Amino acid sequence: MRRSMLFLPGNSPNILLNADFLGSDAIILDLEDAVAPTEKDSARILVRNAITSLGYTREVIVRINPVESPYWQKDLQQIIKVKPDMIMPTKVSCAQDVKIVSDYIGQMEEEYGIPAGTVKMIPLIETALGVENAYEIASADPRVTAIFLGGEDFTADLRCKRTKGGNEIFYARSRMVVAARAAGVDVYDTPWTDVEDYEGLVEDAKFAKSLGFTGKSSISPRHIPFINEVFSPTEEEIQYAKDVFECIEKAKAEGKGVVSLRGKMIDAPIVARARQVLEAAEAIKGGR
Amino acid sequence: MIKQKATAGTLESSDIFVEIAPAEAGAGISLDLTSVVYQQFGPEIEAVIYDTLKELGVADAALTVKDRGAVDCTIRARIETAVCRGKGEE
Amino acid sequence: MSKLVSNIKEAIKLTGLKDGMTISFHHHLRNGDMVAVMVLDAICELGIKDLNVNISSVFDTHAPFIEYIRDGVVTGIETDYMGGVVGRAVSEGIMNKPVTFRTHGGRPSDIIRGASPIDVAFIAAPTSDCMGNCTGKTGKSACGSLGYAFADAMYASKTVVITDNLVEYPLVDYSIAENYVDYVVAVEKIGEPSGIVSGTTKITKDPVGLVIADYAARAIDASGLLVDGFSFQTGAGGASLAAAKYLKDIMLKKNVKGSYGLGGITSYMVDMLQCGCFKALYDVQCFDLGAVESIRTNPYHMEVTAAHYASPTAKSSAVDSLDVVILGATEIDTDFNVNVHTDSNGYIMGGSGGHSDTAAGAKMSMIVAPLSRARLPIVVDKVLCKSTPGNTVDVLVTQRGLAVNPLRNDLKDRFKDAGLPVYDIHELKEMAEKLNGVPHKPQLGDKVVANVLYRDGSLLDQIRAVK
Repeated sequence: MRRSMLFLPGNSPNILLNADFLGSDAIILDLEDAVAPTEKDSARILVRNAITSLGYTREVIVRINPVESPYWQKDLQQIIKVKPDMIMPTKVSCAQDVKIVSDYIGQMEEEYGIPAGTVKMIPLIETALGVENAYEIASADPRVTAIFLGGEDFTADLRCKRTKGGNEIFYARSRMVVAARAAGVDVYDTPWTDVEDYEGLVEDAKFAKSLGFTGKSSISPRHIPFINEVFSPTEEEIQYAKDVFECIEKAKAEGKGVVSLRGKMIDAPIVARARQVLEAAEAIKGGR
Repeated sequence: MIKQKATAGTLESSDIFVEIAPAEAGAGISLDLTSVVYQQFGPEIEAVIYDTLKELGVADAALTVKDRGAVDCTIRARIETAVCRGKGEE
Repeated sequence: MSKLVSNIKEAIKLTGLKDGMTISFHHHLRNGDMVAVMVLDAICELGIKDLNVNISSVFDTHAPFIEYIRDGVVTGIETDYMGGVVGRAVSEGIMNKPVTFRTHGGRPSDIIRGASPIDVAFIAAPTSDCMGNCTGKTGKSACGSLGYAFADAMYASKTVVITDNLVEYPLVDYSIAENYVDYVVAVEKIGEPSGIVSGTTKITKDPVGLVIADYAARAIDASGLLVDGFSFQTGAGGASLAAAKYLKDIMLKKNVKGSYGLGGITSYMVDMLQCGCFKALYDVQCFDLGAVESIRTNPYHMEVTAAHYASPTAKSSAVDSLDVVILGATEIDTDFNVNVHTDSNGYIMGGSGGHSDTAAGAKMSMIVAPLSRARLPIVVDKVLCKSTPGNTVDVLVTQRGLAVNPLRNDLKDRFKDAGLPVYDIHELKEMAEKLNGVPHKPQLGDKVVANVLYRDGSLLDQIRAVK
């Protein structure tokens, strides 16, 4: 269950020490924007050691530098050997961008005796071209299990202003969701950047959920409980899902072929949705 | 071989600042360590520093280390970064 | 008659101050205070020595005390809190006589019942008239409440008001009344405004602090105490303030109408008053400009004396009616005893203040602290100094989760029902040690450098010199 992902700077020992306790389902240890060019070497070594030693229980994602930078291969040389769950390549604009990184991850896996394909990818799509190519990116490589929209760089590329209302990223969001679902992968929404505006955050997260996003990322741990709540199934949804299965069982016992609940026929998509809801509810039981 | 003077880390809480300088062959390791938790972890910090240098094949170097309460994996990371920089590998 | 005296030296002469006597000061000007050192300078020039100084808190601005201790001008200190600069010198054994630490409630209690008599009280007053009616609410050195100074003014044999804003008689809205004041001295400047109050008090941006604050606010929500009539005190530390802010959000959402906010007051508490979270604020000390402005203009923001705030021998004090207090700690042990006097190396760098008073009075006292600071686990087997006894501490809140005092299983059940992560305090200790390693105990000397008195005047613990 991955509802929330929290961006954390890769070169801060105290943050890395506490990364597991900040409430998010996944932690994104950042080697890119949060690290100065002169500290890229120290950050990747620090993050590598943290993953080895600190026993993270959350899903660990490492954001690496873009392929046009001189850093990304060195990032992977240090990071792949400690087997993070996922690598987040940045500024991914086409399938080729995914392939280059995936091939290099493969080389590293081989070098360190890690089964091929162990480390997954969640490409960060943050250019106009990337959004246009979202489906080919999402289906470029079996490592890709999710894609991620980066709203700030994307709007800069569009040469428009990033607003709280988010009309300017509406098309990109929808396109990303359609592309991801068509490719059979998960899809994650851009962070809400006003740290103090929780009402705005909740509205924005609810909207993203309504479009079909799997979850949302954040730059503040304070946002995490709100995001987790929005992307968790509601009591009502859970009850309905339970009723669906109860109804099916009952129909089976009575030997009925066609089943209906609250006047509506239960078909395959409803059963699938109900199963997702119950699995999600089980996964987050008792969690924050 | 440490070829040049180099530093790594910061003086922030939970970090450790490492300065490494070349030393003559056979000089061994000289370590000037200060730590806010010296009373609680002094011998452990020294052991981790020596151990990391050994792993990295550094036999001769002069280190000045200011610890702000870093855990072992941070100490190792900062020493390694300083050594790489001192070797001119970055 | 006139109480006006031309300078401090003349006033000291008039009080009849002699070797071996006790003088007192308050700490409302905090790290901007110039009066205590100014008075000691004059005393030194007059050749008076061997003085016992009873000051409600010692800040780093009082570093010249160290010289006066070396010179034998000051031979005793009684206080409720001591900052790191003077604290370091004391820990290194500079004084022959141990420092006496009291609590903010114990100090006025002992003064009033005669256990700690004062010969001459020097009251720094941001505004005074010529007869000694004085206040902290106005003037260029305004500090707001003068709560800690009342017992001194009322019970000292002689009381001298020192002001840098002498106004025409009668001062309207005075705090301390003229009938307690012997002499008034006007000086150029009593304090450095930047050290007296902060411009703004800011909540933490540290992600760990925010998680702790979130848990603390949710724990209060779950405690059963957050109902109409709720009363609350919080410290000025980053995580404590963040917790207050989140608590405000919860109170507004649930439409809880609280009764009073207590203690040292920040603009966050003022904000809660203005939003209707409380009917009133009881203010013993203002921490920022927002609090000073509010106590001057809002009649529901009231000054209280230290005795009214927290005295254990008063007929009642405000801490007795307190529902929840949020407090800090440098260490807490597995019996929930809390150290706020020394750092982890044994150096004095704090004191009770109102810590043990509010912990004793409140229905729920919460300690908020990170699981470890700079590799040192917050939970230890035995605190270096017992500042607040564990049987008055109910909950520890860290970023990993909460530990509840076994005496309070009622709270534990409520927190669990609310989905909060609750652990045994030993488990939190183990978690921290797993990440950081197990620290060696610091080596301390034999010499006793301070006696820590509990609020009732009994000896709670002794602080040893560092080696």
